[in-house]
Amino acid sequence: MSTNLADYKNIWVFAEQRQGKIMGVALELIGEATKLAKDIDDETKVCAVLVGNGIDHLAQECFEYGADMVYMLQHPLLENFTTDAYAKVMTEAMEEYKPDIVLYGATHIGRDLAPRIAARAHTGLTADCTHLDVSVAKYIEFAKANTTLDTSTLDPNSPDKGLKMTRPAFGGNLMATIISPRTRPQMATVRPGVMSKNERVEGRTGEVVNVAVKLEEADVRTKVLEIVKEAKEMVSLTDADIICSGGRGLGGPEGFELIKAFADKVGGVVGSSRACVDNGWIDHAHQVGQTGTTVKPQIYFACGISGAIQHLAGMQNSDIIVAINKDPDAPIFEVADYGIVGDLYKVIPQIMEAWDK
Amino acid sequence: MKVIVCAKQVPDTNEIKINPETGALIRDGVPSILNPDDANALEEALKLKDQRPDTHITVISMGPPQATDMLFECLAMGADEAILLSDRAVGGSDTFATSNALSAVIDKYVKEFGPYDIIFGGRQAIDGDTAQVGPQIAEKQHLPQVTYVVDFQVSEDGKTVTVKRQLEDGYEVIEVNTPCMLTCTKELNEPRYMSMKGIFNKDKKITVWNAADCEVDLTVVGLKASPTNVFRSFTPRPKGKGSMVAGDTEAEIAANLIASFKEKHII
Ligand SMILES: Cc1cc2nc3c(=O)[nH]c(=O)nc-3n(C[C@H](O)[C@H](O)[C@H](O)COP(=O)(O)OP(=O)(O)OC[C@H]3O[C@@H](n4cnc5c(N)ncnc54)[C@H](O)[C@@H]3O)c2cc1C
Repeated sequence: MSTNLADYKNIWVFAEQRQGKIMGVALELIGEATKLAKDIDDETKVCAVLVGNGIDHLAQECFEYGADMVYMLQHPLLENFTTDAYAKVMTEAMEEYKPDIVLYGATHIGRDLAPRIAARAHTGLTADCTHLDVSVAKYIEFAKANTTLDTSTLDPNSPDKGLKMTRPAFGGNLMATIISPRTRPQMATVRPGVMSKNERVEGRTGEVVNVAVKLEEADVRTKVLEIVKEAKEMVSLTDADIICSGGRGLGGPEGFELIKAFADKVGGVVGSSRACVDNGWIDHAHQVGQTGTTVKPQIYFACGISGAIQHLAGMQNSDIIVAINKDPDAPIFEVADYGIVGDLYKVIPQIMEAWDK
Repeated sequence: MKVIVCAKQVPDTNEIKINPETGALIRDGVPSILNPDDANALEEALKLKDQRPDTHITVISMGPPQATDMLFECLAMGADEAILLSDRAVGGSDTFATSNALSAVIDKYVKEFGPYDIIFGGRQAIDGDTAQVGPQIAEKQHLPQVTYVVDFQVSEDGKTVTVKRQLEDGYEVIEVNTPCMLTCTKELNEPRYMSMKGIFNKDKKITVWNAADCEVDLTVVGLKASPTNVFRSFTPRPKGKGSMVAGDTEAEIAANLIASFKEKHII
C-alpha cells in the first residue's frame, strides 16, 4: 500500500466470528491491542472489525472487552467465510481507513485469509506470533526475561514504534522477531491462547462504523456446500486452568482412561502429545504443541511425554509444569518445575488420592 | 489434466540441535528433506494421475541447486517433470517475494506448456510454518484457493473439484472450479515411496531456471523486495529447571507434591 507511513493509524483486530459467535482469540487480540495502543500514543484506537451477516449484536461484546471502535462489514454473501469475499471487503476497508496494524487469530480462517490480504495489499505478514511489542523498551524487557538475545545494541529510548512480531521458527528451536519497516498496515496472525483478554466491562460502549460493502456473487468463486461440526468432545485447552496430558508412555489408547479420570479429579482438561494423535489414540483436538494448541494453564501435568521441542513449543509458558516420566534423562525434566521419575500408572493414582487430602 | 505441485526442500527440524554454548543453530549434518505437507500435495496429484493416466504433473520449487535432490525424489515418486528456480537474486525472499518468484515460474510454465488445471501445495513448510506462500501464489495467479484440504474429488469433466477443508471443530465441504490452488494437509493421504522404476527412469528431467530464464521482475523478489525483515533472531531461554519431588514411594512423592502446591498457593 502507500508508503506514506504516517497516514496509517489505529490498531485493527479481525474479530473472527463463526455462526454468530466471536472466537476467543479475537477477544484476546483486543486485549493485546489495548496494551499496544497505549504504547503507541493516546490517540491510537483499538478497532474490532466484524465481518459477516446479521451480526450487529456482536459489537457490544467487542466494546465490553476493550474495543474503542467497531467496523461492521455486513452482507448476505459474508454469511459464511469464503476467502474471496472476506479478502475483498477487508482489503477495501483497509484501503479506505488505513489502519497502522491489523491482527488476526492464527486460526484455520485467519491463516487462510491474512496471507491473501497481505498479497493483495502489498504488505508484510508475520505468521503465528507469540509475542508483540511496539515499544523498544518493552521489547528489551521481554528479551531479557525470556531469551538469550544480546540487547546491548537496542536503545530503550528509541522513538521506534514499529510492530515487533516475535514467533518461533525451525520447530521452536529458534525465535525470530520480524518487522515490516516500509509498508503499512503491519499485519500478524497470533496463536490462540497466548494473549490475555481484558476484564469484561459490562455496558462499556464505543463507536460503530457501518462500512458500505461492495460484493457480487461473481466475486466469490468457492461454494460452501456444507459446514460440518464434528461431534467431538469440546476441548477448550486454551481456557483450561489445569491440563493433564498423556504421551506415548501411556502405552496404548486405554491410558487415556486414566488421564481422563485424573483430569476429572483435578478439574482439568485432557491434553496429548502428537505421538498419541498419530497413533490414533486420541483426537487431534487434544494435541498440544507446535502443530497443535498452544497452552498456558496454571498447572500442566506431562505424563509419559518425553519433551520434544515441538511439544515444548506449545506448553513451556505454563505457570507450573509437573513431569512424570520413567526416564530420569527425559528432556521434559529440563522445563519441569516439579519432576517425578516413575511409572505414571503408579504415580497418577497417588496424586489423585492426595489431591483431596 | 495438467497439475502443478509446489514443493520445498527443508531441513529436518527434528534433527536440528542448538549449540548450548553459543546458542546457535547447528545445521551441519542436518538432513534436507521434501517438506512433509508437500509430499501430501504430490501424493494427491499422483492419485489423480492413477485415476486419469493422461494427467501431467510438474513439480516446481525455488531454492539452492541442491534442491534438485528433493526434486529427484519427487520424480522417483511419479511426477513427470520438475522445474527449479535457483538464483541469488531471489535469495532472502520472504513469503510475499517468494510467491512473486514462484508465480513468475508458473507464468513461464504457462507460456511454454499452456494453462494448468490445479496447483497443489503443502499446507505449510516445517522450517517457517507460515502457511502463507500457497494463498499468496493463489492471489498472484488470480486463483480461488482452498487451504487445509483433507479430502479431494474431481468431477468427470475435470472442471469442478469438491474438497473438504479442515476447521478446528469440524470441516467445510467446498466446491470450486478449476483452475484453483489447493493446500494439502497430512490427513489428506499417505505419501507413497519412490519406485525403482521412478528412480531409474532417465526420461524425466529437472529443468533449472535462473531469474532471467523465467523473466522474473527483479524489483519484486529477493530481500530488498520483501516487506518483512528479520529484526532479531535468538534462541528461547530454557525455562529454569525445577526440582525432583522427594519421596521413597509413589504415595510419599504425591503427598509432597500436593503439600508444596498448597504451600505455594498453587491450589
Ligand atoms: C513438524 C513437526 C511438528 C510436530 N508437532 C508436534 C506437536 O505439536 N506436539 C507434539 O507433542 N509433538 C509434535 N511433534 C512430534 C514430536 O517431535 C515428538 O515426536 C512427540 O512429541 C513425542 O511424543 P511423546 O513424548 O508422547 O512420545 P515419546 O517421545 O516416545 O516419549 C514417551 C515418553 O514416555 C516415557 N514413558 C514410557 N512409559 C512410561 C511410564 N509407564 N510411565 C512414565 N513414563 C513413561 C518414556 O520415558 C518417554 O520419555 C512434531 C514433529 C514434527 C516433525
